[in-house]
Amino acid sequence: MVKFTKLNAGDKITISGTLFTARDRACKALLEEDFPQLNGGIIYHCGPVIKDNTVVSAGPTTSTRMNPYTPELIEKFKLKAIIGKGGMDKGVLQALKGKAVYFAAIGGAGALYADGMTVKSVHHEEFGMPEAIWELEVRDFPVIVAMDSKGKSIYDDVKERSEKRRESV
Amino acid sequence: MISEDNVVQLYKQAATVIPEDILNAITDAKESDAKAKEILRTLVKNCEVAEKKSLPLCQDTGNPIFYVERPRTISEKEIKEIIISGTNKATEEIPLRPNAVDSLTNKNLGNVPIIHCEEGNKLKVTLLLKGGGSENVTQFYSLPNNELKAHRDMDGVKKCVLDAVVKAQGKGCPPNIIGVAIGGDVESTIGLAKQQLLRTLDEKPDEFEQEVLTAINTLGIGPMGLGGDTTALAVKFASMPRHPATYFVAVVFGCWSLRRASYG
Repeated sequence: MVKFTKLNAGDKITISGTLFTARDRACKALLEEDFPQLNGGIIYHCGPVIKDNTVVSAGPTTSTRMNPYTPELIEKFKLKAIIGKGGMDKGVLQALKGKAVYFAAIGGAGALYADGMTVKSVHHEEFGMPEAIWELEVRDFPVIVAMDSKGKSIYDDVKERSEKRRESV
Repeated sequence: MISEDNVVQLYKQAATVIPEDILNAITDAKESDAKAKEILRTLVKNCEVAEKKSLPLCQDTGNPIFYVERPRTISEKEIKEIIISGTNKATEEIPLRPNAVDSLTNKNLGNVPIIHCEEGNKLKVTLLLKGGGSENVTQFYSLPNNELKAHRDMDGVKKCVLDAVVKAQGKGCPPNIIGVAIGGDVESTIGLAKQQLLRTLDEKPDEFEQEVLTAINTLGIGPMGLGGDTTALAVKFASMPRHPATYFVAVVFGCWSLRRASYG
């Protein structure tokens, strides 16, 4: 697979391999415990629907809620990527520099994505289905590089443009 | 009378089949950005897969919100009990994601429906599955607002809606369906704005709704906030009387996957 730090904002790629879902509670918990499986890995902001260990629907959740934990997570686990939707803040963009990228998946496309995903294991099931850490094996998961490791964020460009245009409508 | 199985069927319809008016609006969107066009095509493809395989369109199967109109002969208590048992069955069978978390203990409770009941002529039950991402970008304003240069008029209301959309960016899964309400007290304004999400997109927008929709779609936020012309599919507006001292504006967002279904 292509080296993620070489990618540019706007590039589209597909990912095959292992992802760990982590959102809200799980992100905070990961900062407080050992979780060596995640080293050098990918976090997916997702609270899937799982039935009988099968992925039923698994699109991304909004990433901004994870802003406070993410720079430290990137540092602690040497993450190579984060997948989510809606983008993340300047602190995360800074933390990604030279290390990792943020991929956008399409919110609401959970049924479509489920097809290429299988469950490998689950951690913190006591957090409940949406907030547990699900280790997923994915095949050809299509994503867009939305924040690259060189300091470029599509969201910042879009936001700036929308703020400007709002003045003239 | 509605049965537990009717309630399960209502959930299944809402969770797995996109309403036709929403699908048409996505398909008919005039989009010039190539990346945005591709995202819109993916949304349509997701709807096809979900319906064909009977899978939840989105893993966030939402807060189940019921709007019930009941004849005098059926008690509110009776209806609520059927909805609650139907909810538990639907959570297992469809399946739905267990989306109710105890706010104090953080324990997951399954699904706990929100039920609005009022007396009417005949039984009609409407279910809205409201995602959390779009709920988080709700905005509430009290006019006048100096920062937005928004006064107590329709131009001021428009400024509030645009402010809410700019603040939301891609967080509430655009292209959104936007419910706007003015007047009322703090509680009813947001409720009325949310109820506008139940209105069909087939209905022709009034002049204000069209003006605000056109303005939103010049902002360039686009599907998923990644740029493009299609930031909203519709704006639905309603007003009610206000106290002389207050002028509230509520802006509520429906994600593109606005899942609703009705019985009766």
